[in-house]
Amino acid sequence: MTRPVEQLVALLRDPAKATEISDTQWTDILCVARAELLLATLAERLEGEKVPEAVAQIFADAQTECAAIQQKARWEAKCAVTALAPLGIAPILLKGAAYLVGGLKAAQGRHIGDLDILVRRDRLDEVEAALLDNGWEWVKEDPYDQAYYRQWMHELPPLIHKDRDGMIDVHHTILPLTAKPTPDAEAMIACTLDIGDGLKVLDPHDMLCHCAAHFLADGDMAGGLRNLWDFHLLISEFCISEQQWQALEGRARSHDLWPAVRGTLQLSHNLYGTVWPQSWGAKWGRREALFRRRLLARNGWGQETHHLLRFIIYIRSHWLRMPPLMLARHLWIKWRKGTESAG
Amino acid sequence: MRYECRIHVGPAIFRIGSDWAQPIEQLEALYQSYPDCDDAIADFTVRLEAQRFYRRWFRPSVRLSGDYMLPDASPLPLAQGLLAAEMAMNLQMALGWRRHLLLHASAVERDGKVLLMTGESGSGKSTLSALLAEHGWRFLGDEFALVDLDSGDIHGFPRAISLKNSAIDAARDFVGDDARFGPLLTDTPKGAIRHLQPPETAIAAMGEAAPPALLLYPSFGYTRATDPVPPTENFVRLTQASTNYVALGEAGFSALVNLVQTVPAHAIDFETTDEALELVEDLWASVV
Repeated sequence: MTRPVEQLVALLRDPAKATEISDTQWTDILCVARAELLLATLAERLEGEKVPEAVAQIFADAQTECAAIQQKARWEAKCAVTALAPLGIAPILLKGAAYLVGGLKAAQGRHIGDLDILVRRDRLDEVEAALLDNGWEWVKEDPYDQAYYRQWMHELPPLIHKDRDGMIDVHHTILPLTAKPTPDAEAMIACTLDIGDGLKVLDPHDMLCHCAAHFLADGDMAGGLRNLWDFHLLISEFCISEQQWQALEGRARSHDLWPAVRGTLQLSHNLYGTVWPQSWGAKWGRREALFRRRLLARNGWGQETHHLLRFIIYIRSHWLRMPPLMLARHLWIKWRKGTESAG
Repeated sequence: MRYECRIHVGPAIFRIGSDWAQPIEQLEALYQSYPDCDDAIADFTVRLEAQRFYRRWFRPSVRLSGDYMLPDASPLPLAQGLLAAEMAMNLQMALGWRRHLLLHASAVERDGKVLLMTGESGSGKSTLSALLAEHGWRFLGDEFALVDLDSGDIHGFPRAISLKNSAIDAARDFVGDDARFGPLLTDTPKGAIRHLQPPETAIAAMGEAAPPALLLYPSFGYTRATDPVPPTENFVRLTQASTNYVALGEAGFSALVNLVQTVPAHAIDFETTDEALELVEDLWASVV
């Protein structure tokens, strides 16, 4: 029997399968979709398909919710523009907000939580001061967390607006400073596109590189199915001709992100049926199989499963970020803090 | 999950899963008169999970989770599993429901019109709705009233009534049938709690919406008084009493403006159930 999470993936891939789903299966699928932040995405994808009335109602709710979230995301982006305008800086939107304001297919039904922006590293201090002046505050006051982000990460510690509760992540490069691949943030910033209203987005191929880096070369794959769906849609929008594929390869190689892009492409091909050039060849191995299992580690009650694998991939995400001794120290401090606050 | 059931309250269907049999058995007993929905597609999933795997047996403690969760919700002992289920179901509605404007209010219906009662926890709105339900009113709910975004009608959400502390004994005086009460839960974060099944007629008619005619802000334990609440103040207080007003955006705003412009509101203070009944009847006579 196909598991609910696999059915969710199958529906995203082929909406016509909606007619084959039984009522009992729907409850499981909707529950998994919600837990993976893909419910509104599924609703958009199945628009026009024949689904039971109860499902249509739940989809309509999800779409209403998504519309409000996206309206808020647009507003948060505007607020960032206003805060940074006196510095002469136009924020470069990343991830969800970029897809939304940039009018891309990947925005359809996409949940957008924090606002992610990219700014030049040499302007970081000014940006930080401007945001603090305009009502944003630190989420993590803890001195260790503050020092950790500043010393090693690719972004400032998260800031939250005291009146609006909107979170902002200010990135100054693509991956943590200690990670092995070193994407060229300067080059990305140099060829951004102006999308009006004082906002910018990355060039499409840089956007794909960033998406893959975020998916495979950083983080523990939480929300991975959603991030991979983003990648699938970006590919289907920006990589159609042979030339575009070549451009993507060239760009990925220049950013040291070719393995990440290729690996992400393999997974999105496997799960979502992303079409890619035959000449790139498929290299499905044990590693890919493990990632696939991690992405699908959720049962029909929306509960996380495969706890050991999840933990290993969590450790991996830190392993990619920092050398072993530093990692051991970091995990030790985090674990002690965790037990202190839990106890 | 190991044990599960489905519950249909008003327009919503919940799927509840549990690591233990007890909360599910208690829920099924409390909701026995509700429509059967075992095979229906659930709007929300609720999970009553062991906090750690060994806490299924050792000092069993229930973590509330489901489609919508609060990151800092404290777990409850298994003996309060029923309360955990109820809190988790309320949370799904409060955070996830988008089909209506949700007001934190109790509601009863008579003469085809709805009386809404809202106020802080402990104001007596829940008890008052249970009392009216025994005095010729149709019970629509003690926790949430659902305002139709198009017509402004009130849809019921008649879950089991949650009686707290002194309200438990008070309700046993005006509800004759002991079998309608659930188990007594003591030492919960909200004190003693006992659930009461709404009258069967109310459950049978739970799908019938009706337009609102009067809104009350009851306060139990004060010298008898009534005081009109002007629409502007009413509007602001109701925005605080709604869990999805902000999330609904313009649709929520329009529905709420329409409600405060068409439905008169009064604050009522009372010290006894008889006083409460008199005040309600007087005000009701002035609007219908």
